[in-house]
Amino acid sequence: MQDKTKSGGGLYKFFIYFVLCMLAITIVVPVAWVFMASIKENKEFYGNPWTLPAGFYWQNFVDAWNKAAMGEYMINSVIVTALSITLLLVIALPAAYGLARFNFRGKKFLNTAFMAGLFINVNYIVVPIFLMLRDGDNFIKKLGGEGFLLNNLLVLSLVYASTALPFTIYLLSGYFVTLPHDYEEAAYIDGAGFFTTMIKVIFPMAKPSIITVILFNFLAFWNEYIISMTLMSSAKGPKTLPVGLLNLMQAQQSAAEYGMMYAGLVLVMLPTLILYMLVQKQLTEGMTVGGLKG
Amino acid sequence: MRKSGSRNAFLTICIAPATILFFIFMIVPTFNVFRMSLFEKGAYSPQETFVGLNNFKVLFKDINFIRSMQNMILLMVIVTLFTFVFAIVFAAILTREKIKGQNTFRIIFYIPNILSIVVISGIFSAIYKPENGMLNSIIGMFKDMSSPILWKGEKLVMLSIIIAMIWQAIGYYMVMYMASMSAVSESLYESAGLDGATKFQQFFMITIPLIWTNIRTTLTFYIISNINMAFLFVKSMTSGGPNHASEVALNYMYSQKDAGLFGYSMAVGVVIFLFSFALSAIVNKVTEREPLEF
Repeated sequence: MQDKTKSGGGLYKFFIYFVLCMLAITIVVPVAWVFMASIKENKEFYGNPWTLPAGFYWQNFVDAWNKAAMGEYMINSVIVTALSITLLLVIALPAAYGLARFNFRGKKFLNTAFMAGLFINVNYIVVPIFLMLRDGDNFIKKLGGEGFLLNNLLVLSLVYASTALPFTIYLLSGYFVTLPHDYEEAAYIDGAGFFTTMIKVIFPMAKPSIITVILFNFLAFWNEYIISMTLMSSAKGPKTLPVGLLNLMQAQQSAAEYGMMYAGLVLVMLPTLILYMLVQKQLTEGMTVGGLKG
Repeated sequence: MRKSGSRNAFLTICIAPATILFFIFMIVPTFNVFRMSLFEKGAYSPQETFVGLNNFKVLFKDINFIRSMQNMILLMVIVTLFTFVFAIVFAAILTREKIKGQNTFRIIFYIPNILSIVVISGIFSAIYKPENGMLNSIIGMFKDMSSPILWKGEKLVMLSIIIAMIWQAIGYYMVMYMASMSAVSESLYESAGLDGATKFQQFFMITIPLIWTNIRTTLTFYIISNINMAFLFVKSMTSGGPNHASEVALNYMYSQKDAGLFGYSMAVGVVIFLFSFALSAIVNKVTEREPLEF
């Protein structure tokens, strides 16, 4: 009896390794395949897809960067992501602190409102946001100005930051409520004001939560494409990287410039992969706090 | 008195920016979804006409809308079911068994979650390509492929999207359940093992009940987020085609906006809003259990 379970255990172990390896392969192989495809010449795409690249054809990346304007889109994406995260932190940190640690009239109402915001998915409301900004532009034009709300990287960042507020405030206040009030009292006795206490005493303690916020939102903002596509739809206006890639993929269906397209894919995913390699521990551990993000 | 004045000023400065932005970019657009659904408003006519529930009357007879809801529900049910079963089973294996390279598996399984959906749809178009695609070339080794399988054709397109969605989500949920399963005390399994409980019994009698609270919250959020994920995948992989075969509700809303039918598009939005609220209430109710302490 004992022996039987043991040998069954060996088979069971083998089966587990087999299944885990299969799953790992289905994830690694397609991603690696794209990296290989990005250095293949166009003529190598007609034939067996599993042949290794004949050489390093870097021209794909040069073409993607210049001809498909991915270089310009990359800069736009860097600007939008950095700006959105900065805005988000500057706005959400004090708000979360105020909402978590002070008692005032309307606090409960505001907390409930932000909680309800967790259930509003930004893609449900992208059309009214677009129409609101378009109407704003039309109004400005009527006043004789130049519409600037659509096709604007700054406005896009502001929309990103605003729609990320409920989750970020939820996450940060969750941390702030757990701190004992002694920290502030000690700081007040030492003569520090509200702002000094908040910035010098409380925020440094929230560093792990802040890092989690930055990581999750970096991925969200860098990868986002629906809002970006809607609010920056002008053909000549600025574009972010995923939207540029989507256009490239659609154009490729007729032009068949495979190498350039896969180079574009690599350009979009490389920054996130590098970041992931550097911080995978914080990311997979941080998700127990951020686990509810949809 | 001065103290409380400066306290109020401090709180206002902290909370007002977040509240204002939240109001402008989330509350007002949400309100507008509901308001505009009662109007006929087009891209080319500046004025809006009140039409009551007329948009909804047309909507519920719109065969493409009904199909988009059916597809969305199909995706939600199938993708959620498979993702959760696989994620929970794999997480249980990785936490319970002594697997070599456990960390490597975890790192690999999480990779799809950090990629943009646009990148994933690029990867999957390389997999699904009829000629020289990864999948067809593998199947071609076993079977004659003189007429290639059209993975994105009308018949198989939903299956192709389901596979891509599961591929993307599985690692994320697995890593999350691993975190909560590793919190279950080892001694419970030891004493169950001494009492002769098999691994399967341990899994159903110990692991699942003890992480039920976590499963329940994530399940609710995941089902709801699939409304959005289905849109992100469909928009970048097929745009709802071919011939509306892969249309989902949010994509239909978006395409009506592109067609310039803003009021009608927002009627779709209202249905999605109400559907997601009702569904999260139902899931919450159905999965209710006495929380177990350990």
